[in-house]
Amino acid sequence: MQKRTLLDGQKFQITIKRLCHQLIESHNDFSNTVLIGIQPRGSYFADRVKHELSEVLKKSVIQKGNLDITFFRDDFRRKDGLVSASSNTIDFIIEGKNVILIDDVLWTGRTIRAALDALLAYGRPAKVELMVLIDRRFSRHVPIEPDYIGLQVDTLDSQQVKVSWKETEGEDKVILISESNK
Amino acid sequence: MAVEKLSTRHLLGIKDINRNDIELIFETADNFKDVINRPIKKVPSLRDITIANIFFENSTRTKLSFELAEKRLSADVVNFAASSSSVSKGETLIDTVNNILAMKVDMVVMRHPYAGAGQFLSKHIKAQIVNAGDGAHEHPTQALLDAFSIRQKLGDVAGKKVVIVGDILHSRVAISNILCLQKLGAEVMVCGPTTLIPKHIESLGVKVEHNLIKALNWCDVANMLRIQLERQDIKYFPSLREYAMMYGLNKQILDNLDKEIIVMHPGPINRGVEITSDVADSKQSIILEQVENGVAVRMAVLYLLAAQND
Repeated sequence: MQKRTLLDGQKFQITIKRLCHQLIESHNDFSNTVLIGIQPRGSYFADRVKHELSEVLKKSVIQKGNLDITFFRDDFRRKDGLVSASSNTIDFIIEGKNVILIDDVLWTGRTIRAALDALLAYGRPAKVELMVLIDRRFSRHVPIEPDYIGLQVDTLDSQQVKVSWKETEGEDKVILISESNK
Repeated sequence: MAVEKLSTRHLLGIKDINRNDIELIFETADNFKDVINRPIKKVPSLRDITIANIFFENSTRTKLSFELAEKRLSADVVNFAASSSSVSKGETLIDTVNNILAMKVDMVVMRHPYAGAGQFLSKHIKAQIVNAGDGAHEHPTQALLDAFSIRQKLGDVAGKKVVIVGDILHSRVAISNILCLQKLGAEVMVCGPTTLIPKHIESLGVKVEHNLIKALNWCDVANMLRIQLERQDIKYFPSLREYAMMYGLNKQILDNLDKEIIVMHPGPINRGVEITSDVADSKQSIILEQVENGVAVRMAVLYLLAAQND
């Protein structure tokens, strides 16, 4: 198994900061915009973005929720093994709001498709945008593209991209894992 | 993250499942409880599944609860009540069910007056079976929702003391409850007149008590069962009035206990017999929570069984 680091250290921090400034550029003071992290790992990213935005904007009331998509997956009964569900915590109304969906890695786009479905249970947003830290480009199964991208990478289907966070794994890092050098 | 699946393809009884299965059902039910408290109470998980609810015996709560659970998972639902069907024209159980399955049904939720009907069916047909009560044998989803309600109220089931009061002899709820609570590590006692306690029930590892006050002073939770007059072919006690005096739970008894216990009832309640109105409506009673949890627990059971795709 081979591991290659795609992003870490200062570059990781700069990437997050850049994404936050891009968000501010299009959403001003976030008075009508909310952040929704996709469970489980997108919520860590969303937490970080919220923290960063609050520092830049000197404002602590940015709304952030977590969305679980387990029951909206399109591979239920088509794949071995069950995916365990996480909790949904959206304690605000998203009707008429600008929603920024946040996930760590965008690959086939199926998770985002499910998230768009799941989101509808909480109302009709004015607009939904997608922000991802890593975009595994040229591998989409559905026509979904991100609006804010941390880093675009070219990967093989057999490879795996793993994002770890300081809060949960002790280190901010993105690695690319290849099974073996075939 | 992949987690383990249920160890069974059908839910015929608590006897056939293990503690891990029960805990998986509870964790999944927690998520579904969140779903049914949203403005839009529906998820699309079972949209390609058709479920037949086949009830050979009357039911309001269980049938409604299963139907709601199925609809909230987006399954297609067909209902069948024996009283208004060809069963009354002499059709056998297998024929009835095979005819329904010929219409491409994936799962059957069945209630039947005979013990083992679900077991029998599971050996002869391809669809997955969920037992919604078979005679005086088992009623697994009721036991699961009762234990889930205890877990919700007291934090955990393990180490808790639960007394089941009333007609143990004719009760499928009692058997399933005993098995489920024991698998989760609770202590169980049964209480009722000698005639309504099955002989040798101690061999299941339960305590037996004939004095209601003593039983209530021992327990953390009291599950009050209904006297199933429709199943009693002979007289087991002199009169309902006498039963109510000896084994009925009223506010005075409840208030005189040294501790605050939780009161449960699987429904339907015969107010004034096993439980008085002021107890049923008191804040110690979690009867309506049981009903709410029933939908979430049944959603979890159907969802997890549907995941056993083969």
